[in-house]
Amino acid sequence: MYEILNSLPGLQENLREIRDILLTNLVMLGEIPSPTFKEQGRMNFLVNRFNQYNLLNCSTDEKGNGLGILPGQKGERNILIVAHLDSEYDEKIDHTISIQPNSVSGPGIADNALGLAVVASLPYIMDKLRIKLNANLVLMGSARSQGTGNLEGIRFFLKNTDINISTGISVEGVRLGRLSNSSVGMVRCEIHYWVPEGYDWTQFGAVGSIVTLNEFINRVLEIPIPNRPSTNIIFSSITSGLGFSKVSTKAELKLEIQSESEEMVEQLLKKINNIAVEIASKRSSGVIVKVIARRKPGGIEFSHPLVANAIKIMEKLDIKPRITPSMSELSAFIDKDIPALTLGISDIDTVEKATESVKIEPMYKGLAQLISLLTAIDRGYCDRN
Amino acid sequence: MIEINKWIKKNTFHHSAFEDLEKLVEEKNRQNLTISLCIPTLNEAKTIGKEIVLFRSELMVRFPLLDEIAVIDSGSADNTLEVAKSFGADTYLASEILPDLENKKGKGENLWKAIYQLKGDIIVYIDADIKNIHPRFVYGLVAPLVYNKTIKYVKAFYDRPLAFSEGIRPSGGGRVTEILIRPLFSLFFPELSSIIQPLSGEYAVRREVLEKLSFPIGYGVETAHIIDVYREYGMEAFAQTDLDQRVHRNQETISLGKMAFGILQTFLNRMKSYGMMTDIPEMSTILRQFQARDEIFESIELEIVEEERPPMIPVPEYLKKRGKNDTTYT
Repeated sequence: MYEILNSLPGLQENLREIRDILLTNLVMLGEIPSPTFKEQGRMNFLVNRFNQYNLLNCSTDEKGNGLGILPGQKGERNILIVAHLDSEYDEKIDHTISIQPNSVSGPGIADNALGLAVVASLPYIMDKLRIKLNANLVLMGSARSQGTGNLEGIRFFLKNTDINISTGISVEGVRLGRLSNSSVGMVRCEIHYWVPEGYDWTQFGAVGSIVTLNEFINRVLEIPIPNRPSTNIIFSSITSGLGFSKVSTKAELKLEIQSESEEMVEQLLKKINNIAVEIASKRSSGVIVKVIARRKPGGIEFSHPLVANAIKIMEKLDIKPRITPSMSELSAFIDKDIPALTLGISDIDTVEKATESVKIEPMYKGLAQLISLLTAIDRGYCDRN
Repeated sequence: MIEINKWIKKNTFHHSAFEDLEKLVEEKNRQNLTISLCIPTLNEAKTIGKEIVLFRSELMVRFPLLDEIAVIDSGSADNTLEVAKSFGADTYLASEILPDLENKKGKGENLWKAIYQLKGDIIVYIDADIKNIHPRFVYGLVAPLVYNKTIKYVKAFYDRPLAFSEGIRPSGGGRVTEILIRPLFSLFFPELSSIIQPLSGEYAVRREVLEKLSFPIGYGVETAHIIDVYREYGMEAFAQTDLDQRVHRNQETISLGKMAFGILQTFLNRMKSYGMMTDIPEMSTILRQFQARDEIFESIELEIVEEERPPMIPVPEYLKKRGKNDTTYT
């Protein structure tokens, strides 16, 4: 490990040479709109790149994942490096990306065009820096990851692949220093209230769906939330109403329950469900509570060599590790008991406020930490024994 | 019209036909060709970085199609040249190229000076304000020249409408092209009307042709080129490539009026010099446009003079740089 840590300053400097390749992949991937379930454009680009780099098994699957294998010298170990293909931006939004000397800006550039550009550039980088690993690198752009996609792509791959994945690395655009080794328990749900046909607007207390939803929110806020296990309820978005002079007849709330305890998540979901039904009954309203995504809590412990060595690498690069639980691809690895981490590549440029923007300079450190960690995994330093 | 349709079929391409860059570079090397990219700029700091990064990484590092990328600037007030330089382009102020000549300002001046400054056997010109820049903008224009020695001048056109049903759809240029240029070409040079977007700022040309062309330094440069190349070499020298879509800043109608005025000057001067119109009186260089302030209408007078640079061939500095003497071309 000592040798890997000592080579970091040189590696970081050498990575400057590949700036244009990384930025080009970032622009070309980022300018392809890729909302969840419509990731085909980005997937095609990624697989095309893998083909150009002569990767093995360049392919897609029935969920729309894009894959390629950079073969190792021995191929006894398979490391899966994944970034999600989808972004939260609608395809109708102008996806033009702008490059300035210090930053790159555009919709979805941080989450997760940059992560994907790193995966797309990795074969070129390894070749250019003449880094040869014994392990195979399985490179993947995962489809249907976010929101209602619920990690469908990576889960499908891990369930159906014949490749024995030893370690997983999930690459996110931001932030540099991000280190996720565990996932908290989580449930995402949508609460739909609506006024049924034939509703009696003359009855006592007749209101539209906004008021009903408001009452629901107030009741949820009254639920006691424990500090331990650490738990949170996040109200994410509300949709309702058409304009003035009309009582709203439909309202939708997106809500997320997070907790270190799976049991707590289930308890809260049950309570929320009961409140939703009780209020609907009181207001003669229709209601559906729809669970759209779930994550189990879990992960590798902090003392695991994979985490410990990732921290050593970060500290050598003067990166301050930010240990945070993850909701991303990491959860799918956890479900399969595969040791895995999520790493960030760069920082948000707060100067460029108009749009999503990432800094260029930290990318060299971000890449150096990823490549060094891959080398450490390859040499067995991150194995538990 | 049959001839025009035949030319369109033979000399009109889609960029996707040339996306095998390995093959293109192989052919370029086989012919020992050099290719230069010139990006003329004036206050393009917001978009220039992306153009340089994409072209350098895809067309110099990964596939060495381009031998140089040069930005020739008219004196930007923003940091266009600094941004371009930071991403590895060769940067020049137009006024510092051939400094002994009288300084003139205009896009055509930058294009003309590129012939002196750049080394390529082929020069490809790309505007700097393209939001959806992609390597196809270069290889789509250069490839017909590399693969076909008869072709000397390749123009870009863009044909991806936002919505159409099926079958025939209108396809053409911008407002100035359809209202001014195509009607004029149809009247006087019917074959040239088959160039779909004669005013597009993206084109690739062989040096042997460029150095013999005179360059209006303002709005008329593209129109003059097309007429002059047509007169000298005929339609077989032209090709055009569909680059799909070009997203750029839209111009107001009043700005297009200035453009049309400049182009018309160039066109009529060409008609006169080719003896196709002999009785043209001396033309005014003042364009009058109007604006309303409350209820009062005011005339705005703009002087637009379409100055021209002569062909580069006889310029002594050019001959010296290229290692030629002035009898080479007589």
